[in-house]
Amino acid sequence: MSNAATMRPGRPALPEWVRRLPEYLTIWVPLLLSAAHLVSFSLWTIWISFTPSTLVPVAGWVGLRNYTAVTASRNWQIAFDNLLLFGSAFVLLSAATGLILAILLDQRIRGENVLRSIFLYPLAVSFVVTGTVWSWLLNPGLGIQKLVHDLGWTSFKFDWLIDRDMAIWTIVIAAIWQSCGFAMALFLAGLRSVDPDIIKAAQIDGAGPVRTYRRIILPSLWPITVTVVVIQLQFAISTFDLVRALTNGGPGIATQLPALVVYDLMFQRSLLGRGAAAAVLMLLILLAVLLPYAAWRYIQRRRGAHA
Amino acid sequence: MPDRSFAPTRILIYLAVFLIAAAWLAPLVVVVLNSLRTNEEIAQGSMIGWPQHLSWSNYAAAWSGFCVAETCAGIRPYMLNSALVTIPATIFSTLLGAIAGYAVSLWRFRGDNWIYGIVTLGLFLPQQMRLLPWTIVLRDIGLINTLTGLVLIHTIQGLSFTTLFCRNYYVAIPHELIRAARIDGAGFFRIFWRIILPLSGPILIVTVIWQFTHIWNEFLYGVTFTTGQQQPVTAALIALSAAVADIPQHGVQSAAVIIAALPTLLIYLLGGKYFVRGLTAGAVK
Repeated sequence: MSNAATMRPGRPALPEWVRRLPEYLTIWVPLLLSAAHLVSFSLWTIWISFTPSTLVPVAGWVGLRNYTAVTASRNWQIAFDNLLLFGSAFVLLSAATGLILAILLDQRIRGENVLRSIFLYPLAVSFVVTGTVWSWLLNPGLGIQKLVHDLGWTSFKFDWLIDRDMAIWTIVIAAIWQSCGFAMALFLAGLRSVDPDIIKAAQIDGAGPVRTYRRIILPSLWPITVTVVVIQLQFAISTFDLVRALTNGGPGIATQLPALVVYDLMFQRSLLGRGAAAAVLMLLILLAVLLPYAAWRYIQRRRGAHA
Repeated sequence: MPDRSFAPTRILIYLAVFLIAAAWLAPLVVVVLNSLRTNEEIAQGSMIGWPQHLSWSNYAAAWSGFCVAETCAGIRPYMLNSALVTIPATIFSTLLGAIAGYAVSLWRFRGDNWIYGIVTLGLFLPQQMRLLPWTIVLRDIGLINTLTGLVLIHTIQGLSFTTLFCRNYYVAIPHELIRAARIDGAGFFRIFWRIILPLSGPILIVTVIWQFTHIWNEFLYGVTFTTGQQQPVTAALIALSAAVADIPQHGVQSAAVIIAALPTLLIYLLGGKYFVRGLTAGAVK
């Protein structure tokens, strides 16, 4: 059938590759564009981080000077400390809240669908909206503190947003509100996939609900926990919009994070070399999380294949 | 376990769940209520309060009245910008991702695993690594500060997600189906059109919802590559907050926030099941 067309008289047979050209183009052009931009953009940014570029990219080699300049700056040091605190606090609290919500929802309660949608809806909203709304709620002159004062308790204090030491926690709060539903969804899927026969067997053996959770259900969740933690860490490392909308890095530079430093260096101070160096540092921080995870996934998969 | 002896525990469980749910809803409720209060009313009390009388004027002002950077057209032009970026970029990236996912999972060609591996690295590469190169590329092809430029960026970058989603869905389709169609003389496009696409309903919905939500909510590229009248609505919200910092208009700002969040919230309400599927599919990358 397929060579009927080529057999027709008066119509020269097209070579195979010409006939299939549209197919090759459709397959390769988008994939190559995507792959090429990822590789070349990364390499280019890494290269720029070793050049003396400021306002415009220039060739040249300055070794690690951009890196030492970035890591020696107070801006980066505060951003890095903040990332450690924000990253660990957000990831732990968000996973814990998500797990608690999942366990609560797993108790065959009425209205589970509605409740689940309530915990998940913040994920549909942009970080800009989340940050803006929480900047109002946490503003001591506008939000929760003002409300409590108006109700009569005038010594009440909740001013983390303008407190240099506590401001980073406002970002933790908003980030948990936004994304712990994600942890909940994954944990709930995990809870639902535990073999009901094992649970039944434990109950027959006389294990109460608390014991069943601690001994049987929760231990089976830890692969999901690792996934949740890694994905939330990936989000924490690249956090930008949320801080821009909530504190804009302030008060002062108290809530600075690496992504804000990169933006500041690249587009506000026009120090392209240093900005690129800070971006590469962000990539390295990310790799410090993702490479062990990839190795772990690889080992798990091989073990699964052998079992 | 609706057992009598568990009754107190169950009451506690319900209490806990409903309290947390109330806390989760509170920010939305507060903003909706504020959007119905006048600026003066908010200024007298706090941002958390019941409207004395419903005032819809904030929505009119937010939609087409207030001024950002000497242009007084409200949020409408920025909503239009966001739509003009999000809709085409969602369609292009989904369609191209479906074809690419089909090609790497069922059609197979030389180098497919390699290129697929590199493309999915895009899920992890921080945006910051691509900001400067995109700036230069967009400037060179004359698309800096244009909506077309943003469409291009989101289409190419979205391919990493859409290809992954579709590929993971298509690998479950039996290869015999494709082989039989090829023996019958069907080519790459005909198989895609006749066999793959009719089977793709669920995954296309998941991908479209995911892409739409992400692109609509994106901020960093919007604020980096566009200025003034070309900005998407996320960037415009930040500009609005900065513009009214001296004399806050919290009623109008609340209405603007609601309007800006409405498209993705509606999509979430309509396609919740698929939204969650996208979340978990993205997680198991």
